[in-house]
Amino acid sequence: MNQPPLIELRGLTKTYGVGDAMFQALKGIDLTIHRGEFVAIMGPSGSGKSTLMNLLGCLDTPTTGSYRYEGIEVETLNSNQRSLLRRYALGFVFQGFNLLPRTSALENVELPLLYRGMARKERQEKATAALNSVGLPNKLNNTPGELSGGQQQRVAIARAIVTEPSTLFADEPTGNLDSVTTQDVVEILTRLNVDRGITILLVTHEEDVAACARRTIVIKDGLVASDTQRS
Amino acid sequence: MIWNAFAIAIREISRNLTRAFLTVLGVFIGVASIITMVTLGGGATLAVKEQISSLGSNLLTLRPGAGFGSRGSSAGVPHFTEMDSVILGEQIASIAAIAPVRTASLSTIYLNNARASTITGTTPVYFQINKWTIAEGRFFTDADLRSGGAVCVIGNTVRVELFGTDNPIGASIRIGRASIEVIGLLATKGQAGMGDQDDTIIMPLSTLQRRLIGRTSSNDINQISISAVEGTDSIALIAEITQIMRQRRNLQSNQDNNFNIFDTRQIAETLGSTTQLMTMLLAAVAGVSLLVGGIGIMNIMLVSVTERTREIGIRLAIGATASEVLLQFLVEAVTLSCIGGIAGIILAFGLCYGLAQVIKVPFNFNTQINVVAFVFSAIVGVMFGYMPARRAAKLNPIDALRHE
Repeated sequence: MNQPPLIELRGLTKTYGVGDAMFQALKGIDLTIHRGEFVAIMGPSGSGKSTLMNLLGCLDTPTTGSYRYEGIEVETLNSNQRSLLRRYALGFVFQGFNLLPRTSALENVELPLLYRGMARKERQEKATAALNSVGLPNKLNNTPGELSGGQQQRVAIARAIVTEPSTLFADEPTGNLDSVTTQDVVEILTRLNVDRGITILLVTHEEDVAACARRTIVIKDGLVASDTQRS
Repeated sequence: MIWNAFAIAIREISRNLTRAFLTVLGVFIGVASIITMVTLGGGATLAVKEQISSLGSNLLTLRPGAGFGSRGSSAGVPHFTEMDSVILGEQIASIAAIAPVRTASLSTIYLNNARASTITGTTPVYFQINKWTIAEGRFFTDADLRSGGAVCVIGNTVRVELFGTDNPIGASIRIGRASIEVIGLLATKGQAGMGDQDDTIIMPLSTLQRRLIGRTSSNDINQISISAVEGTDSIALIAEITQIMRQRRNLQSNQDNNFNIFDTRQIAETLGSTTQLMTMLLAAVAGVSLLVGGIGIMNIMLVSVTERTREIGIRLAIGATASEVLLQFLVEAVTLSCIGGIAGIILAFGLCYGLAQVIKVPFNFNTQINVVAFVFSAIVGVMFGYMPARRAAKLNPIDALRHE
């Protein structure tokens, strides 16, 4: 059986602005990622690694090039269909957490399930389980304002995995965290990859965070500079 | 999906009570102030109209002199005679009632209270012409008129100033040099753009002539009050009266009228157009406050755009579709606007009810303005709640997330 790769990019470019202010963030990326991989995307500031991540996560649209997710031509999807792809297949963890303010951890984690039309009871069970799995069983009713940065990021991870996505995108998830909590987050991500087989794409500029991934892709000036696999 | 959006919207409102409260407040104040202003304005207009109709709408008044203005002086112009009144009544079919009037300003005294009052001497039919009703006691009669009895009826202002809390009926007051018994108290008419109608003392014409001022000549009638038969063309009636009076006063064809006929319908029309102007003014004020209320709502909505744009970005990123997010925002805006609108209507009702009693105007519920104020505020609330959301939902999720 010849299954298509999970992610397949061909000549992907992204240009911002027009005229003199035009800036090409990505200059033609070719990339293939298979199911179950744990990939770290590295690169200096402004190299285009976050841009690449947003395109892969369907949060933004490429200027030219082809992007296939599980064989689906993503650029042919309209914004509604891209929303549905995110809803059923993708999970996100951001540097700035992006939790809803004044909303309890449990309700934040429940939110993606709400859009799936899941019943209240099942929603709460799954959300509680997800928060348990990231080590926050006692913080269900706390709002983001009452949680530390590390705890907020773990809530965000719980929100990303509660839908059991096939791919988890993490954009500098440890960028705002200290070294101890960074280690916690890295461990959680590694476990998700190993135990549940979730494909993880992790953007980071920290070498020791990238070290947990088995494959490291370095982006420089909008192009893939290196792509190394660890055994 | 609708139920889902509703659930999310209600949850989102309960989570942001301050913002919800401020939004509701904008609609609430807008709706309440407009309804209150227009309803009370309508009540005041109604009150003015009632007072105009209490004047009598088919009342004509004949006065000596050429009318108003510099040429209208009645100095040196002969007054009317009682015969003028009788002849007009007999010769013109469309006159329902006619009363000669003689007025005089005299001092009136009761116990220690004294004041100058205008005394009207006339016939009993005068009460009917001017739509006076009796509050206590009785009107004077034709018998009183024939005998020149020392009786009078008084208006409420005179009662208050002379008698205070005493019962005036049966009491005697000193008018000029005579003592006159009060036999009736007139029902209050109020202010009617022509001064206080209740500041009056009315007695038989013969009493005024014989007991108070003496008869100096037969030409001592300074006003003739006429009420026309209902439905009469007042222009034709005025022409008839003019023709007869010119004859009786021996005016040549090259001489101007030395009398004038005042038609209350003219005052009614003047006052009517004044109240119409007032209503239009109120409508303009209401329009401005509607606008101000709308801007208030708009401000609250726009202040939260940044936070809400990020929220929309988060929702889109975790898989909400743009239409789901918009439906949620629409439900939120509609819910808040309706709560504000209904609360505003309730407050306005209470305010109108209370204030109408304080400023003494009739309170009548104006359905139209309630609907207009509610619909307008709701539209503004929904529009400014919904439009920023619509803009945000069109963005790429990442741009919404990064919104500063």
